[in-house]
Amino acid sequence: MVNWANFISQCFNGLVLGALLALISSGLTIIYGTLGVLNLAHGAMFMLGGYAGWVAYTYSGSFVVAVIAGSLFVMLAGVLMERLIIRHFYTRPHEDQLLVTFGLGIVFVEAVRFFFGSLSQTVPPPASLMGITSLGFMMYPTYRLALLGITTAALLVLYFVLYRSRIGMIVRAGIEDAVMVDSLGINVYRVFMLVFGIGAMAAGFAGIVNAPVVSIAPDVGESILVQTFVVVVIGGVGSFPGAVLGGLIAGEIISITSMFNPGYSYVMLFVAMTLVLVFRPYGLLGTAGRE
Amino acid sequence: MPEFKLTNASAPGFSRRYVLQLGVGFAGATLMPGFIGQVVKAYAADKPPLGTWPAGSQGDTVFIGASVPRTGAYAVQGEDEIKGMELAVEHINEGHDLIRRIAPKVSEGVLGKQVKLVVADSGAKPNNAVQAQQTFINDDKVIAMTGSTSSAVAVALNKFAQREKILYLVGISGSNDTTGKDCARYSFRQCFYGETAANAIGPVLLKNFGKGKKAAFMTPDYTYGHTVTKSVNDYLSSHGEWTMVTNQVSPLGTEDFSQYLTNIANSGAEFIINVNWGRDAVLSVQQAKQFGLTPQMKMVIPYQIPFLAKEVGPELTAGVFAATDFWWTMEDQYPLAKMFVEAFQKKYNYRPEWGAENSYMQFAIWARMVSEAGSFYPPDVIKQYEKGETFPSMVGDVHFRPEDHQLVRPVVIVRGKDPKDMKNEEDFWEVLEVVPGEQLMQKPDAFGCQLGDYT
Repeated sequence: MVNWANFISQCFNGLVLGALLALISSGLTIIYGTLGVLNLAHGAMFMLGGYAGWVAYTYSGSFVVAVIAGSLFVMLAGVLMERLIIRHFYTRPHEDQLLVTFGLGIVFVEAVRFFFGSLSQTVPPPASLMGITSLGFMMYPTYRLALLGITTAALLVLYFVLYRSRIGMIVRAGIEDAVMVDSLGINVYRVFMLVFGIGAMAAGFAGIVNAPVVSIAPDVGESILVQTFVVVVIGGVGSFPGAVLGGLIAGEIISITSMFNPGYSYVMLFVAMTLVLVFRPYGLLGTAGRE
Repeated sequence: MPEFKLTNASAPGFSRRYVLQLGVGFAGATLMPGFIGQVVKAYAADKPPLGTWPAGSQGDTVFIGASVPRTGAYAVQGEDEIKGMELAVEHINEGHDLIRRIAPKVSEGVLGKQVKLVVADSGAKPNNAVQAQQTFINDDKVIAMTGSTSSAVAVALNKFAQREKILYLVGISGSNDTTGKDCARYSFRQCFYGETAANAIGPVLLKNFGKGKKAAFMTPDYTYGHTVTKSVNDYLSSHGEWTMVTNQVSPLGTEDFSQYLTNIANSGAEFIINVNWGRDAVLSVQQAKQFGLTPQMKMVIPYQIPFLAKEVGPELTAGVFAATDFWWTMEDQYPLAKMFVEAFQKKYNYRPEWGAENSYMQFAIWARMVSEAGSFYPPDVIKQYEKGETFPSMVGDVHFRPEDHQLVRPVVIVRGKDPKDMKNEEDFWEVLEVVPGEQLMQKPDAFGCQLGDYT
């Protein structure tokens, strides 16, 4: 099974998976970096994006409407979650924050199961992106190719928001030193709300654009959550470039290992995480100052 | 706005890395079996003479505990299992004609007692299932346990049943080990399994496609997957000189099969023998189509999944060969199947799949054995099973094999219908053959079954 064509194909698979992981992880990492709250409901946000998009799709029949509705719904859910619940936990111990976000995740998943059941639901890709494209070295589903473009574009948008806008500057300053940002007279609570909304939206957007690939079910976010944690640990806490790099590394590790023995894909992912923790405890692009 | 002192590390002594570690641990713990169960679990201090006997059957109601996946990759099939159990309990308590055809001595309950079902979510995780049953034993003194949509759960409950001396009616479980090397005196399986599936579908494949083919296997990484893959590969390689060109082993709950499918695309396979189950099967079937592997490569499903065709759509299951326990169109030949399908459809508004059939039959058989034995005392009931008497089922006459507690029952071979040939919205599969069970089974000791003690 180890041959040149398969190797290139698997590298390509890793790129597609890695871009998706990068997008979801960047949402998790900016929330954590800014608010100091590890959002264990992030996987549920990913799932909610898929379902909100699917509902919009069943009414409108348009994939674009589904993507917009899915993203906006989850952003709104994120903002409400921060306003109504999370902000009461900023001063609470971190264990409480973990418990409340973990609990919210369960509530979201079971609410969706209650309304829509456990049966998988499918959101078809736009007609123009159906079918298979030849890449020369392999045949690849056209939508997965498009997905690589879509997630890359979304990451670029996030990059510009974070690095080329005033609000992004404030967010990054908040990641480095929230006290100082507050002292400078900037309403840091509004920033927190915004960051939570943007972070959740990244997961929701990923959830709906990924729906045509995996079809959605209430548990779809569970395994993604664990993988994104690994990505954040590898890339470095609070680091957007770290999330991107970590995502791509994780995607490639999973894909290339599977070429030799698929049973070890996730083992190797955790081995990589362990090595990073041993040799570079702050993650590849993290900084000690953020500890 | 709440008043608080703003710092980057909001609680003294907690670094962000510490929180992240907590988070990883916490998320990991949710994937580990038994996390929730451990929190709510309580142990009973004293034990009745044998398991829950006689305490469990002294009142006017007896309880059966079910630990069934209502979340996770097997949730859809778990819900269906529960419906079969609920219908059976209803029928037992009212003395329904269908139950009385299988268990003639049942009349409004079993031995004068009403039966009540208690249900917990197992998430298809063995420890969760065992914890739930332990709670049922403590709280309800259950006289029998059931449920499983994963052989890992079935094997764990086999051992638990033997230890606790409480009967276990196996739910869906396709592993050879369940009535093989991990069999138990207190456990009984109704449904088909890897070896019988392989021996039933193998000849059909060879007849339709000939010898010397190349097959890629997709195998979920636990006892069910490994034993079914082995049985099917053994049959095809020894009887038809088929070769396994690759075996793609994936963890239960895989979402993205692209790596596995890429390996298959590069393997030169002509067939994909897909042993994945539940949502894993749904996703792997959909993604095999996305990657253009099917229909060029023929898909074979040796252990059919309830609701697969409904979830992926009949376009993707058209022409797929599968082995199964039961399909509703068998109602045309089997009167009990007809009664079951009608009763089920009336109550739930859809036609039952084999998960519901299996759990209904398990309860019906249990009611028969207890009422024939005239006792709830577990060894009496077990000995009644072990008489190996023939009794009617939805797929014709069946009997238990006393050596390994496996029901000798036919395996049903089906092929996915083309959407244009479907007579109604649930007419997904065409029954090709109902292969008698006796010829499909290995020798009772071939898989190393040691049943264990009665007391």
